[in-house]
Amino acid sequence: MTSPDLTPNRERPTIVHVSDVSKRFVIRKDNSLKERLVTFGRAGRRHREEFWALRDVSIDLRAGTTIGLIGHNGSGKSTLLKVIGGIIDPTSGSVARRGRIAALLELGAGFHPDLTGRENVFLNASILGLSQEETTERFDEILRFSGIGDFIDTQVKFYSSGMYVRLAFAVAVHTDPDLLLVDEVLAVGDEAFQRKCLDKIRQFQTEGRTIVLVTHNLNQVTELCDRAVLLDHGRVVHDGATTTAVERFRDLLEEARVAEEAESDAEPAPTGSVVETVVHAVGREPGDPVAPGDDLRIAVTMEHPTGLDDWVCAIQVATPLGPAIWGTTSARLTDDLGTLRGERTVEFIVKDSPFAGGRYFIHASLMTTAGVHLFDVAQAASFTVPYDERLTGVVHAETEFSGDVER
Amino acid sequence: MSAQERYARLAREPMVEVAGNATPARSLREILHRRDLLALLVRRDLKARYKDSALGVVWTLVRPLTQLLIYYIVIGKFLGAERGIPEFAIYVFTGLTAYGLFSEIVSGGTSSIVSNSGLVKKVYLPREIFPLASVGSALFNFGIQLIILTAATIVLGSPPLTVDLVYFIPAALLLVCFGTALGLLLAATNVYLRDLQYLVEVLLMISLWASPIVYSWGMVRDFLGAGVALDVYTSNPVTLAVLGFQKAFWLAGAEVGAPYPDDLMLRLWITVGVSVVLIVVFQRVFARLQGNFAQEL
Repeated sequence: MTSPDLTPNRERPTIVHVSDVSKRFVIRKDNSLKERLVTFGRAGRRHREEFWALRDVSIDLRAGTTIGLIGHNGSGKSTLLKVIGGIIDPTSGSVARRGRIAALLELGAGFHPDLTGRENVFLNASILGLSQEETTERFDEILRFSGIGDFIDTQVKFYSSGMYVRLAFAVAVHTDPDLLLVDEVLAVGDEAFQRKCLDKIRQFQTEGRTIVLVTHNLNQVTELCDRAVLLDHGRVVHDGATTTAVERFRDLLEEARVAEEAESDAEPAPTGSVVETVVHAVGREPGDPVAPGDDLRIAVTMEHPTGLDDWVCAIQVATPLGPAIWGTTSARLTDDLGTLRGERTVEFIVKDSPFAGGRYFIHASLMTTAGVHLFDVAQAASFTVPYDERLTGVVHAETEFSGDVER
Repeated sequence: MSAQERYARLAREPMVEVAGNATPARSLREILHRRDLLALLVRRDLKARYKDSALGVVWTLVRPLTQLLIYYIVIGKFLGAERGIPEFAIYVFTGLTAYGLFSEIVSGGTSSIVSNSGLVKKVYLPREIFPLASVGSALFNFGIQLIILTAATIVLGSPPLTVDLVYFIPAALLLVCFGTALGLLLAATNVYLRDLQYLVEVLLMISLWASPIVYSWGMVRDFLGAGVALDVYTSNPVTLAVLGFQKAFWLAGAEVGAPYPDDLMLRLWITVGVSVVLIVVFQRVFARLQGNFAQEL
C-alpha cells in the first residue's frame, strides 16, 4: 500500500504543482469553412457548446508518491493528466513541474507502421526525451525486456498487437522518468504482461519515481497508490487516503445508478418477478456496515400472479466492477419449494461471512430448475464492509505477522 | 539512483511552468534541445514515404522531371516560349527546383500537425517540431534536385561557376524562411479549419504560374511596363527567389543579357529579413493556437 521508500512526506520535494486549474472545452458543430461562414457571428455561438472539464483544481504532488486519479467517465481525470503532461493547456490557472517526465497515455504513440522495430525504438525513445546515445546504450536492455527477439528488424506493421505493446512499454520504462503519467495503459495486454507492468511500477516506486495513474480498476488504486484524488464533474471531491477515496467513489457510482434507475420505468414482468431483496448482518439494520465474521441475512421476495411450480431463487455476491465472487441457489440448498403464487420471501443466511473491506452487490434471479432466467435484478441490494488497513482483496482472512523466523 | 539521490537532485531543479504559449526564443531553445528528434522525424518521413517501393527515392524526381518534360515540349516547343529563352530546359528546371522547395515546405507544413495527430494528442513535444520536420524532408528532396540540376548544367557545358552563384544563398534562404513562416501559420490553422489544406493546394498551383518559371520576367515587364504592377509582381518572395536561382544557375541568360529587376540582391535580403519577422509573428500565432490542438484533432 505504501512504497518501500520511507522518506517522510514533508522531506520529499514537490514535483508537480497544479494551482487553480480550470479547463473549458468548446464543442463546435460546424467544422468546415462553409458552415463557419453560414453561422458566422452571433448565430455561430448557438453552434457551440461549452463545458468545464476541470474546475479550480489545485493539487501538489510530492516526489516518490504514487497518485491514483479516479472518477467516472468524463469526470476530467484524463484531462487533468494531460494538463500535467503539458499536452493540453489549461484555460486558467497554472501547472509547474520539474524533472524528467514520460507520459504513457497510449502505448506506442508515435510508432510508425512502416518502420522496423529498431527504428521505432529510436524514434519513440527520442520522442520520450532520450538522446540517441542514451538509446544506443539501453537498446539491448530494451530488447531483452520486450522479448521481441529477431523481429526487431521487421516492420512493426507485421507485429501482433501483443508484440507492439510490449515493445512500446519496454521503451517507455527505459526512459528513466522522474514523473510517469499512466492512463489506463495497464489494462491492455495479457496477464503476464500486466504482471510485468505492475512489477515495473513497484520497482519505480522503490526508486523514488513519482507515478500518476488514471485507472478504473479500484483494486489497483488501493494496492498501488499512496494517495488518491477523486474527481467528479471536473472538481476534486476527495484528495487523500486511497481507501476513503474508493469508498466515496463507490457511493457516487451508486447514487448515479439509483438516479438512473429512478428515471427508467420498471418493465412489466409476466413471468414472475423479484420484488425486493434485503441484505444485512443478523442483528443489524440494512445499510449498516457488515463486519467480517458477521452472519449475513439475504432475504429475497418474489411474486408470480398465476402460480409457478418449477422455480429456483438464485443469489450472487459481486464486487462493483468485477464478476460474482460467491453464489448459490435455493435448489442447491434444499429440495422442492412448492408453488410460487402471490408473494413469497425466502431467506439465505451466510454464516461467518468472509468478505473483506469494500462494497458488494447482491444479484438476485428467479430461474427455472433447468437454468432459464425468468427475472434478474442485477445489484438488487448492497452492503459495505469497512476497510481493514492491514488487508487488501475481497476475502477477509485474519493474518498475523510473526517477524523473523529462528533458524 | 536511490530515492534520496533523486529527491536531492529534484530539489535542486527549479520548478518550470508548463506553458504551451512559449516565446519564440524558448521554443527555439526547446527545438534545439530536441534536434535529435527533429532529425529522426525527418528520416522517418523520408523512409516511410518510399518504404516498399522498388525505385524508392527515384520517385521524388519523377514529378519535377515530368513537369519539366511537359513544359519543355508544350510551352517551349509548341507555344514557342523557348525562342526568347536560351537553354530553356535548364531555365525551367531551375525555376521548378526553387518552386518545388517552397511548395513542399508549405504543403508538408500545412498537414504536419494533422498527420501527426497521434503524437500531438498523446505526447508533449514542442509542436513546432512537426512543421520543421516537413522543412527538413523538403530540403532533402531539394538537395537531390539541385544535384541533378548541377549535373545537367555541367553536361550542357555551362557549369554555374560564376560570381552570380552567390545569389543562390539569399534565394534558398528566402524560400526556407518564407516557407517555414507560412508552414507554421497554416499547420496551426489547418487544425481548426481543415478546408485550408485544399485551399493551399490551389494557391500553390497559382503560385507556380505567378512566378517566372515557364516564361521570363522580361515578358512580364514588357506586358505590364515599369510601374506599381510590376513591382507587386516582382515582390512576390517566390518570384524573387526564382529569379535569384536563375541568376545563379542559368548562365545562358547572362550571355544574352536577360533582364532582371534592379537591386535583386538587396531585394532578396530584405525579403529574407521580412520572412524572419514573419516566422516570429507566426510562431506567436502557432503558440497561441497550439494549446487546443490535442482536443481539436
